[in-house]
Parts: sequence; C-alpha cells; structure tokens
Amino acid sequence: MGDVRVAQSLDTAWAVDWLRRSAAVVAENRVMLIELDREIGDGDHGENLDRGFSAIVAKLALEEPATPGAAFKMAAMTLMSKVGGAAGPLYGTAFLRAATAVGENAELDSTLVAAALAAARDGVVARGKAEVGEKTMIDAWTPAVDAATAAAADGRSPAEVLDAAATAAQAGAESTDPLIARKGRASYLGERAIGHRDPGAASSALILRTAADAAGAGA
Amino acid sequence: MSVGLVIVSHSKQLADGVVELAAQMAQDVTLVAAGGTDDGGIGTSLEKVMTALGEADSGQGVLILTDLGSAVMTAESALEFLGNPDGMVMANAALVEGAIAAAVTAQGGASLDMVQKAAETALNPGGPTVLDLTSTAGVSVVETPAGADNAVNATMTLINPLGLHARPAAVLAGALGAMDVDIEINGVDGQSVMMLMTLGAGKGTDLVVSATGPDAERAVDLVRTEVENGFGEL
Repeated sequence: MGDVRVAQSLDTAWAVDWLRRSAAVVAENRVMLIELDREIGDGDHGENLDRGFSAIVAKLALEEPATPGAAFKMAAMTLMSKVGGAAGPLYGTAFLRAATAVGENAELDSTLVAAALAAARDGVVARGKAEVGEKTMIDAWTPAVDAATAAAADGRSPAEVLDAAATAAQAGAESTDPLIARKGRASYLGERAIGHRDPGAASSALILRTAADAAGAGA
Repeated sequence: MSVGLVIVSHSKQLADGVVELAAQMAQDVTLVAAGGTDDGGIGTSLEKVMTALGEADSGQGVLILTDLGSAVMTAESALEFLGNPDGMVMANAALVEGAIAAAVTAQGGASLDMVQKAAETALNPGGPTVLDLTSTAGVSVVETPAGADNAVNATMTLINPLGLHARPAAVLAGALGAMDVDIEINGVDGQSVMMLMTLGAGKGTDLVVSATGPDAERAVDLVRTEVENGFGEL
C-alpha cells in the first residue's frame, strides 16, 4: 500500500519514462520478437523496433519534450523514420494519433489516457486496414482499448486504466496463437501461421505493459 | 513546370532504377527517389519520403508511387504529417509501368488528375480513362465515343525503321495526354504510352486514328505530323 502511486494524472515525466522503458523492454525482447517474426514473417520485427526505440532514447538525451503530446509526436516521427518495416508507420501512426488526442495538455487524467489509447488504436486500424481476428497488432490493441475505456468510466486512476489495458493486451496477443493471418507477410503462409503468436501483437502487449509500469501500476 | 513524381520503394536501388528508367522518357519532369532506410538498408523512411515530396513539389502537384506494404503506409503517414495536402496524391498502380506512364503524361503538361489516371490505368487497357476522369473531376465536357459520326478519322503508315517503339510512343502519349481529346490508335488509348507500346507496330504498319472532343483535329494532325516525320528518326 505504502509504495502505490495513486496519481490522478500522468505528466511528461511519465511519457518520457514510458518511452525509455519501452526501449529497454524492446531491447531485452529483441531476440524473442525476431524469433516470433522468423516463424511467420520476415524476421526483422525485433531488430527494427529496437533500432526505432534506440533512436527515440538518443533524441530524448538531446531534448526533453515539453508535454506528453510532444513526446508522442517525437516518438511517431522517429519510429516512422528509423524502423523501416511496417511496424514504423503502424506504431508511428499510433503515437501520432495519441499526440493529437492529448493535445497541449501537460497532465493526462484517466479519460484522456483512455482516449489516447483509442486514438492510437484507430490510427493502427486506419493505416493497416486490419480488424480483430486477423492475427495482427489490433488483436492486442482493441481489447486493451475496451478495458481502458471501461476502467476510466469506472473512475479508476490512470495507472489502473493502463494496467487494465496491458492485461487485456497480453491476453489479446495470446489469442493470436491459433489464428490464420489475414494481413501482412504472414498472410501468405495460410494454415502454417497457426500455433505462432503474432509478433506485432506481442510487442504491443510489451509496450502497453511498460506504459502501466511507468505509471506505477502494481508498484 | 509539370507534376512531379516521388518513387517510394523498400530498396534504394529499385527506387533509383525506376527514376532512371522513367527519366529517359520524361526529361523535364522532376522525379525523386525515396528508397531504403536512412542508413541504406531495406525498408522505408518517413524522413526520406517527406524530403522527396518537398523536392518534387513545384506547385503543379505530386504523384507518389510505391512498392509493397510498408512503403504504402509510410507514404500515407508522410501525407498525414503534412496535413493531407490537396496537391499530393498516391497512385494505386504497378510501380514500373505506372511510373513510366505517369512520367510521360506529366511531360506532356497534363494535370495531376490525368497523371494519376495514367499511372493507375497503365496495366489495365479496358479500364476507365479520360472520359471517366473528366466526369469525376466535375469538368463538364460533352463527349462522344471514339468512332462516332463526328469523330475525326485518319489512317497513316509508319515509315521509320523502328516503328512505334518506346520513344515515339512516349512522344505521342505525352503530347496527346495534354489535349482535351478522346483518341484511339488501332483500337487502344492514344494517351497511354503503355497501350501504344503493346501495339508492337513496326515499319509499314497502318495506324487507324479516331478522335473526338474539342482538340480532335489538333490531335490527329499531331499524330500525322509525327508519323510522316518518322518521329524525327529518318
């Protein structure tokens, strides 16, 4: 109880911490993501994301963003420029739409956090044209957004909203195991994709978990 | 000044190669390659695409052609970053054929709509062409199908040794593309460089030309002059 942060809003320091933690988690799981992608894709997901998030950390060292929105926009631009593969525009658009959703606000309450996640998910849908059940990032993002929206409506703290999102994203990522892919490189594999987790859904779950960790969820 | 083209590919060599190929047939068109990642690897880069869009934009519009998956998404993201400007559009086209058709059409001074259409119909002979374009663009033009009673018709014989090969096809399609005309040459769209090349018309082949629209006379005269001069190759 004593260590739990029950802040009612999240600030720029949280956004920056989230990005730094994401870089660390992506680096730690680089090989796992590469192996998932090698099973059903072109094997570059871990490598590409690691390069993109490392570039974000390098930019953060040069300049601290002024607002959470500015941090997200910088992340968007960097991922789109450095990742190279499909994850670049997909995650980039997610961060870009999240930046637009939070605007100039210095503090994000639960409602705004849930709205940012929803805008990010909508961006991924718009860019990738995927739906739930097609073995993509969306299978992690959509349950995450649903859980976050419900938690915000229940009056939960931002950390609890993100914790709910992260838990749902992990379950969503696991739900891709038995699916046949309908989008992306894996769609060429047909039934051979069955039994493999979608790498984009897996990385989405990791990155949403770090958002909750940075907010102090479960501390 | 003409419409500019941006070629987005996962591979730097592929984007550069498409630009090189298209430039041969469209010397005055700004063609910019945005291929590979920032460090020269396989992939696409928002920064490269945005820089290329800036270079290709002369105020007449920019058409973007892409290869696979994430190239499309990166190009869309670049447009989103720029606030989806009116003068920049993506072509849903085969990269090589579309780029050549678009470049030749741009060389003729055609509008962005026409250049986009040229790219998108490069692989589809029976597809909608100028007629469809003028109506969707909201331009009120009374069109009559080629071959109708008031069409301008002519038949001429190719006299240059190589016939209607790539360069003459580009010359004709480029010039005709800038005119307000619906023109068929041996049954194919005279404004499409790809279609003219598919005719494989060699020396001695008769070209049956039929044109309608405000520029019909001028268009047929242009074809006749070029054919009679052997496209400057005699």
